Amino acid sequence: MSLDKSIVLAIEDLTVSFDGFKAVDSLNLYVERNELRVIIGPNGAGKTTVLDLICGKTRSTTGSIRFKDIELTRLPEYRIVQAGVGRKFQTPSIYENLSVYENLELSYPAGRGVMGCLTFKRTETIRERIREIASMIFLDDQMETMAGLLSHGQKQWLEIGMLLIQDPELLMLDEPVAGMSVSEREKTAELLNRISAGRSVIVIEHDMEFVKRIAHKVTVLHQGKLLAEGNMESVQHNPKVVEVYLGH
Amino acid sequence: MKSFYENWLGGRDGAVGMLVLAVVIMVAFPLMFDIFRLNLIGKYLTYAFAAVGLVMVWGYGGVLSLGQGVFFGLGGYCIAMFLKLEASDLVSTQHQTTPGIPDFMDWNQLTALPAFWQPFHSLTFAIIAALVLPALFAWVIGVAMFKRRVSGVYFSIITQAVAAILTILVVGQQGYTGGINGITDLKTLHGWNINTTSAKYVLYYVNAVLLLLAIMVCRFVLTSKLGRLLLALRDKEDRVRFSGYDVASFKIFIFCLGAVISAIGGAMFTLQVGFMSPSFVGIVPSIEMVIFAAIGGRTSLIGAVYGTLLVNAGKTAFSESFPQLWLLLMGGLFIGVVMLFPNGVAGLYDGWFKPLVARWKSRRPVMVRVADPLAKSE
Amino acid sequence: MGGYSLSDLWSIVVMQGFSGLSLFSVLLLMALGLAIIFGQMGVINMAHGEFMTIGAYMIYFCSRIVAKYMPGFMPYYFVFAIVVAFVVAFAVGYFVEFLLIRHLYKRPLDTLLATWGLSLIMQQVFRSLFGAREVSPQLPDWLMGAWKATDTIDIPLNGLFVMALSILVTSGVFLFLYRSSWGLKVRATTQNRVMAGAVGINTRLVDRLTFALGCGIAGVAGAAFTTIGSTGPTSGSLYIVDTFLVVAFGGAGSLLGTIFSAFSIAQVQSLLTFFLTNAMGKVTTLLAVIVILMLRPEGLRPNKVRK
Repeated sequence: MSLDKSIVLAIEDLTVSFDGFKAVDSLNLYVERNELRVIIGPNGAGKTTVLDLICGKTRSTTGSIRFKDIELTRLPEYRIVQAGVGRKFQTPSIYENLSVYENLELSYPAGRGVMGCLTFKRTETIRERIREIASMIFLDDQMETMAGLLSHGQKQWLEIGMLLIQDPELLMLDEPVAGMSVSEREKTAELLNRISAGRSVIVIEHDMEFVKRIAHKVTVLHQGKLLAEGNMESVQHNPKVVEVYLGH
Repeated sequence: MKSFYENWLGGRDGAVGMLVLAVVIMVAFPLMFDIFRLNLIGKYLTYAFAAVGLVMVWGYGGVLSLGQGVFFGLGGYCIAMFLKLEASDLVSTQHQTTPGIPDFMDWNQLTALPAFWQPFHSLTFAIIAALVLPALFAWVIGVAMFKRRVSGVYFSIITQAVAAILTILVVGQQGYTGGINGITDLKTLHGWNINTTSAKYVLYYVNAVLLLLAIMVCRFVLTSKLGRLLLALRDKEDRVRFSGYDVASFKIFIFCLGAVISAIGGAMFTLQVGFMSPSFVGIVPSIEMVIFAAIGGRTSLIGAVYGTLLVNAGKTAFSESFPQLWLLLMGGLFIGVVMLFPNGVAGLYDGWFKPLVARWKSRRPVMVRVADPLAKSE
Repeated sequence: MGGYSLSDLWSIVVMQGFSGLSLFSVLLLMALGLAIIFGQMGVINMAHGEFMTIGAYMIYFCSRIVAKYMPGFMPYYFVFAIVVAFVVAFAVGYFVEFLLIRHLYKRPLDTLLATWGLSLIMQQVFRSLFGAREVSPQLPDWLMGAWKATDTIDIPLNGLFVMALSILVTSGVFLFLYRSSWGLKVRATTQNRVMAGAVGINTRLVDRLTFALGCGIAGVAGAAFTTIGSTGPTSGSLYIVDTFLVVAFGGAGSLLGTIFSAFSIAQVQSLLTFFLTNAMGKVTTLLAVIVILMLRPEGLRPNKVRK
């Protein structure tokens, strides 16, 4: 399966248990190139834990996670990122005491070692790239603003921008529209559709209207296990899904 | 030239601060004080290295090292070992059972120079060791702790335990280290008598220049991307990690940098004061170095120097007349600076003095400020 | 280990083991207090050793008063003095929390510095009140002497007494934390402060009393300490690093872990001290603990929680 060039991420038989409690239980999940996958499921289904496992924040008990034939389960976090996996956290995780520009600059994938940081220079290429990303995330007129002063929605965008500037092949977004206004949601859906071109994206989201607008394929998790998978239409009418999730 | 001004001096504010500091320690102090007092100030300024190192490690790196004295001591002992060997030539030690070895070894029935002392016959080796050994030691501790994400109070207490262990070792292994008295009676550096007045002046100025250079190196680190990364690290460590940085390596780097800077201070201490002893290695001196940095303002490189001078001047003044009172005052300083002035002298300067100057410059009526509280009380 | 016959070695192990038990008792009582405070509020109390010293000085103080005014009471005073030690240390802890600690929650490194300052002040106060010289209370006769188990093994009675005392206090703390309603509140606050506050627990009061309780137990540790050493203004400060290592080694927040780690550290140190020098025994133990902590930063018995 993993030899198939169209598969970017292959999760096989993945289990993690915390003192006997299995938060993720023998999960299999495959994400294709250029796919935008949405993971849904009730609270405690293990959605965030799956992202934690992929990006190395949590270590699996058994199973494998392969990203373009690189085994991620034993790699340190920064190597996973350098391999091309980017991850946005549930609550906006940005550097509040730095400006928008500096936030993006620190995320730019150059000079990541100690020496690299000491000799880092703001070249025209880097400036250009930062401006480009800033306009994508609707923050081009806020470059010098301290990130802590941005609105909640803008913070979410900034974090997405910080990932985009790394140009990851796999982008994982944990509830990207949480706390956003209706118009901000619109813009974000647009943004997601735009950035999913040329890379794979995994999104965790609760807002079903939003999911309908963006998802190529939906995966439903329940109690750490895969409950259903398919397009939004089929998942919505799946009796098992209706029972545990949409029904109540 | 512009980049030197911005990156090494820290722009206008930094450059003014550096200039004032340079004038104070290199012109004002030598004019104001006799060589005895100046030598004392020189001693304080060697502690300032440790405080500057702590500003980097604690203020910017976010990890509080309670073992800074270890590095100060390592630097100092390396130089002291060289000087001691030079002072222990065959002629001046001819009355010992074994001539040619340091006196304390002879007292402890050692009959030959231990192997690890041998290379310290060379000044070059001693200087390199004074810089490399502390860095290496810091690197080992750093790798062991930061790679395993030990931080916060755990890191502090473990570094404190390291300071305790090293002191016990140095005190216990009298024959090899000089024990509780340390390495004393240091006289010459390649035949140059370090106890003369002229030598003391020279050493004072060398020390002052090195201190200013150390501050400039730190400034360079802080104005580089690494400085912004450290800020980001204190804010959202996980975000930095998941942006593809090996967080531990940055903490290790800053810890090693702090260690080397402290070690330079230790080496200059030995040269200016003429001895080195475990009382500059242990728990108490290490935590006193933290208070120097805290009084100066934990994120101010230049403040650290003033903080060190202030606390030590106070200590000298009080311990001469009211030794009991000093301990109370020192305790009060710890509590006061943490509770009332977390940004120390630098905080007072930035928050009170600078606005005052700005107001005076713009000639805004002072009335506004006086009127404010009244307006609130209504 | 040449020079010792097998039976010699056995006697050494048993006797050093018992002298280790006295150290164990003091370390355990100290660590218990520190663990409660650290586990509860993430505060490192660097003045914890000085609270132990308060306890030790209270024993001395009581022994002087009793010897002077009611010598007939001498055989029994020690038990009452322990209560006095607890109460005084508790009261001082209560005020320290009120004046100092409560302003510094969420700033653990600052608390560390502030409590270090507090320890300096307390040491100076001891020096002014009791003098710089070390003092020893007059212990009742029944605490002196030794129980001769075999020809080669002497077991000092004070060691046994201190042992019993620490078992008593430890079980008391255990019952308090896990069987009383107040203990439930303490544990709730530890695990989720905001939620505990939301369900009506006065978390500030819980903090204050927990801190005071930790200090009070340190006072009892001081009482135990008087049976194995003499008390000076800086006696307590010698224990703070060891005590913290005990807490960290045991895994913060785990009582069983604390007991086990206090036991192993005290025993190893006591045995090594016999075969090496005093200093080297201590150095080796501390080094071993640090190395183990580096391998297992979460301690011996970590709390496993899904993050």
